[in-house]
Amino acid sequence: MITMNEVWKTYPNGVMAINGIDITIDKGEFVYVVGPSGAGKSTFIKMIYREEKPTRGDIIIDGKNLAKMKERHIPLLRRRIGVVFQDFKLLPNLSVYENVAFALEVIEESPSNIRKRVMDVLDIVHLKNKARFYPHELSGGEQQRVAIARAIVNNPSVLIADEPTGNLDPDTSWEIMHILDDINQRGTTVVMATHNKEIVNTIRKRVIAIEGGRIARDEMRGEYGYER
Amino acid sequence: MKGRTILRHLKEGCKNLVRNGWMTFASISAVTVMLFVVGAFLMIIMNVNHFATSLEQDVEVRVFIDIGAEQEEQDELLSDLEEIPGIDSIQFVSKDEGLDSLIASLGEEGDIFKSLKEENPLNDVFVVQAEEPQETENIAGDIETLPHVDSVEYGKDIFEKLFSVTDFVRLVGLILILGLMFTAMFLIANTIKLTIIARKREIQIMKLVGATNWFIRWPFFVEGLLLGTLGAVLPISILGYGYRRFYESVGTETGISFFQFLPQSPLVYQMALLLISIGALVGVWGSMMSIRKFLKV
Repeated sequence: MITMNEVWKTYPNGVMAINGIDITIDKGEFVYVVGPSGAGKSTFIKMIYREEKPTRGDIIIDGKNLAKMKERHIPLLRRRIGVVFQDFKLLPNLSVYENVAFALEVIEESPSNIRKRVMDVLDIVHLKNKARFYPHELSGGEQQRVAIARAIVNNPSVLIADEPTGNLDPDTSWEIMHILDDINQRGTTVVMATHNKEIVNTIRKRVIAIEGGRIARDEMRGEYGYER
Repeated sequence: MKGRTILRHLKEGCKNLVRNGWMTFASISAVTVMLFVVGAFLMIIMNVNHFATSLEQDVEVRVFIDIGAEQEEQDELLSDLEEIPGIDSIQFVSKDEGLDSLIASLGEEGDIFKSLKEENPLNDVFVVQAEEPQETENIAGDIETLPHVDSVEYGKDIFEKLFSVTDFVRLVGLILILGLMFTAMFLIANTIKLTIIARKREIQIMKLVGATNWFIRWPFFVEGLLLGTLGAVLPISILGYGYRRFYESVGTETGISFFQFLPQSPLVYQMALLLISIGALVGVWGSMMSIRKFLKV
């Protein structure tokens, strides 16, 4: 599903973010990516949806090598990967329905398909009754659920979540986790970067710890392993 | 591209214009000012060009025939001249005609020369005109080598001065127009850039969910096109109206026979077409330039 071979990433300003990573994530897995701030987690995540390009090495997703991928093929890659962020990134002047539909409109889906898909995913994130609301009328947890709905609306094979619970209170965080787990149960691979010790130690999944741009730990049903 | 998508891009482009009211106003004003100056210069340059061309048409080569030349030899020379490439017309002026026009041009003082009529000292002349005024010098050189030619005259000095002046005017105009175009383009690019910053998140999300770069660009393309063409409306109306009034009152009369203003009919339409194209080009170019950076996500 996702394979990295000897991946290195040095930013133009000289920061060496990733220093030789080898890893394979199989289809249908749920993976936590943990580690101290500035250890390379974000770069690791960004390379999967090709916001950053590795300096050296190969990243293979669904048989396609991202390191050699042409610029014009990136949109097609992104259509098979959903991304969720800590700050939701919703469009404030669009309703819940429109925010989710936006992801399909810009890839030129047919209107009838859009309607059906949007209602389906709003059902998955339990927001069917709030389709007409605007982001500012929703709680943080609800906004993150809209973002998740948008990320999965085009049926991606991978869902990437970059600290999805970072801005949320504990109760809401659990709610988000259950939804992500649910999506994973439906067959979508989930890669989630997090600082939330409690979640990692409770919902046990594979844990990849990144420190100093290398993989410090890779355990099935692992623990968070840091104090904070 | 699907029809639905084209419609969406058009709608988005127009919506952006309305949504960023003041920025739109600023961009259109910049284009308007630029096109106004460009348009005024264009009309001046086109007129100067017109003067220059009519002056150039007047540049002719006078071929003085050997005084002793017989009629057959003159005919021979004429057929030689006809073989030289690049000649537009050849006109024969006999020495008597030459003297008459000399006397006429001198007025009363010319009367002295009337006594010369018996013993005309002038040469018979062929007046030759080149197809391309710039070729005149070469053609004069060729003619000089022919038999039965006494000498050749073509006002070398005036001729060279004229070309350097007209070339200079054209060059200055071109540089000015290009400079103004770049200024306006950067103005548009900057104002659109300001509006894009507000839409950064939208573009970022579009990139993340897999929209192609052109899908994101099209609305901006439409926006730039509209800014540019709307900016051309005012300059075209004012300059067009102004020139029409000017031409009606001054007409073709400039006092000097070959200095005539271009008629408004083709000139104003040519100017309008040029200004709209320049406006559209500058607008699209500016907006494409400003969005480039934001597509690298």
